Amino acid sequence: MNGVQGFMYPNEVGLIWSVLIVLYPYITGLVAGAFILASLVRVFNVKAVAPTYRLALLTALSFLIVAPLPLQLHLGHPERSPEMYFTPHSTSAMAMFGFVYLWYLMAVLVFEIWLDYRQDIVLFSRSTTGLKRLLYKVMTLGSDNISPRSLAIDHKVGWIVTIIGIPSAFILHGYVGFIFGSIKANPWWNSPLMPVVFIFSAMVSGIAAVMLLYMATTKYRKLPIDMACVDTIAMYLFYIFIIDFSLEMLDLIHRIYEADESFRSLDFMVHTKLYFSHLVLQLLVGTLTPIILLGITQVTKLPAIIRQRMYIVAGCLVQIGIFCMRWNVVIGGQLFSKSFLGYTTYKMALATREGLLAAVILSILPFVILFVLLKLLPPWPDKQPGHIEADSKQIAIEA
Amino acid sequence: MNLFKDAGHLLRFAFLFVVAFAVFLVVRHFVVPKSFGQYGHYRGAAIAEIAARPVHFAGHETCETCHADVLDMKKTGKHANVNCEACHGPLANHANDPSITPPKLDTATLCIRCHAASAAKPKGFPQVDADQHSGGLACETCHKPHNPALVAEGAK
Amino acid sequence: MNLNRRHFLVMLPAAAIAWKYVLAGTPEASPNYTEAEHWWSMLIDIPKCIGCGNCVRACAAENDVPEGHFRTWVERYHVTDADMVNPEVISPDGGKEGFPSVGEDAGKYFFVPKMCNHCADSPCTQVCPVGATFITPDGVVLVDQTYCLGCAYCVQACPYGCRYIHPEKKVADKCTLCYHRISKGLTTACVENCPTGARQLCDLKNPNDPIHAFLKTHHVQVLKPQMATGAKVFYNELDGSVR
Repeated sequence: MNGVQGFMYPNEVGLIWSVLIVLYPYITGLVAGAFILASLVRVFNVKAVAPTYRLALLTALSFLIVAPLPLQLHLGHPERSPEMYFTPHSTSAMAMFGFVYLWYLMAVLVFEIWLDYRQDIVLFSRSTTGLKRLLYKVMTLGSDNISPRSLAIDHKVGWIVTIIGIPSAFILHGYVGFIFGSIKANPWWNSPLMPVVFIFSAMVSGIAAVMLLYMATTKYRKLPIDMACVDTIAMYLFYIFIIDFSLEMLDLIHRIYEADESFRSLDFMVHTKLYFSHLVLQLLVGTLTPIILLGITQVTKLPAIIRQRMYIVAGCLVQIGIFCMRWNVVIGGQLFSKSFLGYTTYKMALATREGLLAAVILSILPFVILFVLLKLLPPWPDKQPGHIEADSKQIAIEA
Repeated sequence: MNLFKDAGHLLRFAFLFVVAFAVFLVVRHFVVPKSFGQYGHYRGAAIAEIAARPVHFAGHETCETCHADVLDMKKTGKHANVNCEACHGPLANHANDPSITPPKLDTATLCIRCHAASAAKPKGFPQVDADQHSGGLACETCHKPHNPALVAEGAK
Repeated sequence: MNLNRRHFLVMLPAAAIAWKYVLAGTPEASPNYTEAEHWWSMLIDIPKCIGCGNCVRACAAENDVPEGHFRTWVERYHVTDADMVNPEVISPDGGKEGFPSVGEDAGKYFFVPKMCNHCADSPCTQVCPVGATFITPDGVVLVDQTYCLGCAYCVQACPYGCRYIHPEKKVADKCTLCYHRISKGLTTACVENCPTGARQLCDLKNPNDPIHAFLKTHHVQVLKPQMATGAKVFYNELDGSVR
């Protein structure tokens, strides 16, 4: 049979979860990671990364809007997906998706963005005309109140939303890890570490993505990059990456040591079918190289321009590495037979519903959405229509 | 109250949620199939729908109601437990309407499928090397499929 | 046609009852069938299987199984002397046209028919996000194809590889234990067409079913018992090398 080595159960030969299912956790990972960066500012008071706060939220929203699309394209009957809302099966981790997604979208991300931008939205609704004015008016939900007290309340509530948002982000992405990690039938996926590894690699990819976007947009706007900001982001990126790498090494060492019935088959698969995507791209190019680059910037004093370039390279390599991690999990998990006696090949189509073209379009789409959001809700401190920092302690309680 | 005035926008946001939830409940009431949850977390009516699928094999008991003579021949031989449609193929349409003629069988491929010699088959199972066994003669020259015991020369 | 009159009178009632339901083919026409009275399972007798592939062909004909996908299939194992860990296994087109002949060698050969195990604790029904796959009160795991989203999570969750996504209907599909036949007093298509009786349909709730005596007197296993799926397809004389 074409593409099959050894023996596969007859129904296992064709892969059923395609590159779109690789893309989905990559996208939600970026969402979760970007949000964690934003929460560094809001909850952990890391003032240095404040310039990226709003950008991180908008990035998270852009990717979150696109997140359900690869799933819809994959489903045999996407028109039946509302069934997950109407009759969710409580024993299925996948059934959580609809609710977790909606909760994160509306009660965390949209809510937090709205609270932070509300003053700007109201001011824009007064200063713009035509369709834009209508749009901003709708976004105000009819409330014109931007008194210092209302803004102080927004600030406080926004803080609570971020607090809730952190575990929500973990659930949004962690449940995907659980979807894989809880499948006893598949030893490549089956691990209690899976949700944890997913979350930490998500943080790595999301933080690096916002860092890259910040540097790119600042350069595009011909402004100087705030080095204190990117240095701090890179530091967090480095430490979280160390944790992520340690977790993945733990999984690897554990597998090698235990050498259960699946080990030989999986080991062979990694060294042959996944050689390029796992050993070269994920490990060497996507993990070790950026860790070394970031490590160098942490322990040495290099000129700003050198550091910038290293951050850019590291950030890009990180994206490759984390995407490959998702690829190796999803595709890798379907390349070997559950009989441990054979392997198959993933034949990715080009222009079909689940093909490469669809994946590329869905990868570009969040940036298009982000472009629109950046125009609609500019995150740049120098572009606010009279932005005022609302400090709740300074607000006198009105009699 | 002033607090209400300054937090009013939050109530508007919350109101969106309330409306959405109400709409959800209403839609759910109409959309979830009536038999869902009847026996478990699934559409109970599905069981009957699946049970109503068309049958293609009639089953040997039905064949034997008309072809009792064949049954008589079969039941004393080695093919006693080989059911009719195992060789004759699905014949529910013929049992339903006997004017539908069953397709002619090609004994050359049919007998060989089971009886071609292979070390993989159980040792006690009757198997022959097709080329050497009959020198090119069709199987039914010496073996009647309904009772394959060799008939003595001249008694046919 | 020589009808033996006595025989006809004896066979007619049983066959007539079965045939009536077959002809009627409607859900209401099986009033005699009470789900709670049955708990379906299957027995596969390895020493009897000759790898003819009749079961695979019969299943495909009965259930319109799409080409390249299998509700049941047969694997042929070749275990050389001491190496039980690395058997050579083939299943050419699921065993649909049988297997190529082999000559004698130092190893042993045997055939293993496989199908959905209709697990009592099935991981596939556990992971379905909407309740489109389920186990009936009489122990058959089915797919509601008008409700299934085609997400394929159940296909990933099955340890036995018995599920697939139907290429045209785009929903999950698998062996239904010929539910449309067994609920009418017929047997499954694979059991009906097995020439050696290697496959037997069993009703664990029926005290007169021969399975009970068989289980007491033979060495019987299920596939992948470590998965604790509550598999209900029992194999007689299953070799340790079987995956």
